[in-house]
Amino acid sequence: MKDYFHSVTLDDSKCKGCTNCIKRCPTEAIRVRKGKARIIAERCIDCGECIRVCPYHAKKAITDPFENIYNFKFKVAIPAPTLYGQFKNARSINHLLNAFKLIGFDHVYEVAKAAEIVSNATKELMRKNNLQKPLISSACPAVVRLIQVRFPNLIDKILKLESPMELAAKIVKDELVKSKNIPIEDIGVFFITPCAAKVTSIKAPYETEKSFVDGAISIKDIYLKLFNALGEVKEGAEEDLVKAGFTGIRWANSGGESLALGTENFLAVDGIHNVISILEELENDKLEDVDFIETLACQGGCLGGPLTVENLYVAKTRIKKFIDAAKKNNIPDNSDDIFRYDLLWKGNVEYKPILKLDEDFEVAMRKLEELQAINEELPGLDCGACGAPNCRALAEDIVRGNANETDCIFKLREKVRNFTVQMMDIESTMFPVSDGKDKQNKDQND
Amino acid sequence: MGLSNNIIRQSYVIPADDFSLAGEASSSVKKMLNQLGVPPQTVKKVAIAMYEAEINAVIHAGGGTADVEIGKGKVVVVISDEGPGIPDLELAMKEGYSTAPDSIREMGFGAGMGLPNIKRYADKLDIKTEVGKGTSVEITVFL
Repeated sequence: MKDYFHSVTLDDSKCKGCTNCIKRCPTEAIRVRKGKARIIAERCIDCGECIRVCPYHAKKAITDPFENIYNFKFKVAIPAPTLYGQFKNARSINHLLNAFKLIGFDHVYEVAKAAEIVSNATKELMRKNNLQKPLISSACPAVVRLIQVRFPNLIDKILKLESPMELAAKIVKDELVKSKNIPIEDIGVFFITPCAAKVTSIKAPYETEKSFVDGAISIKDIYLKLFNALGEVKEGAEEDLVKAGFTGIRWANSGGESLALGTENFLAVDGIHNVISILEELENDKLEDVDFIETLACQGGCLGGPLTVENLYVAKTRIKKFIDAAKKNNIPDNSDDIFRYDLLWKGNVEYKPILKLDEDFEVAMRKLEELQAINEELPGLDCGACGAPNCRALAEDIVRGNANETDCIFKLREKVRNFTVQMMDIESTMFPVSDGKDKQNKDQND
Repeated sequence: MGLSNNIIRQSYVIPADDFSLAGEASSSVKKMLNQLGVPPQTVKKVAIAMYEAEINAVIHAGGGTADVEIGKGKVVVVISDEGPGIPDLELAMKEGYSTAPDSIREMGFGAGMGLPNIKRYADKLDIKTEVGKGTSVEITVFL
């Protein structure tokens, strides 16, 4: 991977240096230094937990400003299905898609449609190849990065298929080039995203060398524009834009991807800490009866992403209504579409050993022993005052040369107390032998 | 924990009857091996073999101790207990054979795959057992 790009960043002016984000980070990637939170680039997986949990809204995701669409002659929006649950005033999905055309986009293509194609390809792949089960979905980029960093034994179990977002961009660019003769450089495809990890996928993809998507606009940023535009779309005057059926829309929910496969043997888990416990079970070979594992970093699935506006549960209910409506409309899925695109990853993802203390085994052993020794001397309160998430992490930081024992307030107090006691000892034994003045006073007072 | 002669030694207590804590020792060893930069395949072998032996100690023997030595090209894990011992070791090594009580089977354990799994993942396996006295399972995985 090139230089670490992370879409999760900090607004220094709002950061208070509290302990909320350092404690919630699943890879212990944050430390507080000089009163501000600092992310360790190698350990960050862009899951967005810190964005979710920061009470001062200091953590942000870098997304493209809406104005970037004007860099392109032909502007296309590819909305994540999560968007469909965000608006109280959307009568139907078609209504929402029409609104895009009123805010500056020339065309809109649903990621949900691409998701259906990916589901079909997944079904084919699971049926044809004798891949060792269970297979882990690669839909959530934060989880793929989590596996790289913490569960390297599971890298081979990842289902290496293109994401619906990439496929959507490919399809729409192809269609426009063929049907409207627009040169490909003039087409700007923008993903409307609930998620920081997806932004990183666009700017620094692991599947291909370059993404087909030209930018990512967060749902937060586009919300007001769409909200207003929805009011302007006349009820009778809607263009027929919907292409995706209910299986694609359901991907926004946790479990949606699995249900699209039509297999009973699946396990869907959401919430990054829950994902970690399931992956640990999988690492111990404990999940044998499962064919497919859907792992989503955000609680509730993408509907619970850090860049959404609507409350997760309200959005779930809204999307359910749209899913039911879509079921009734019975939109056909064109499964012959999958044969036009090769959906397999071109490259692979590698192991990123962040826990390793040293390249040299012997040196690592000495550091490990030192770490244990230091840890035993620390109070074990995990208070976070030193800027590390817990005492053990501080011990690791010290051994790596990134921190001092005196960063721990309790060790510092201990040292100050010992020092004071020593000073008092010396003072009590100090005899005015060679201080001239003192001797004079002593003689006078005698 | 001690480091001498380039061998790291660590001991763990395996608590009796506490399923929620079962697996903590093997988890801790897994983390140590990752910090030492041991390749993931090898870490997996140690982790699974040790986990199975740990669970056995909880299910059958009322707990025990785990002594781990890392260094000189290998990882050696010895899990010993003062439980009932294994009367027929050859039978116990058969896949599917289990003497786990019903309460344990209801939790999903006791499939009879413990010892066979350990054998599959360990490079060397040495089991010493005496009925009425206890059992000691020595697992070696080469680095």
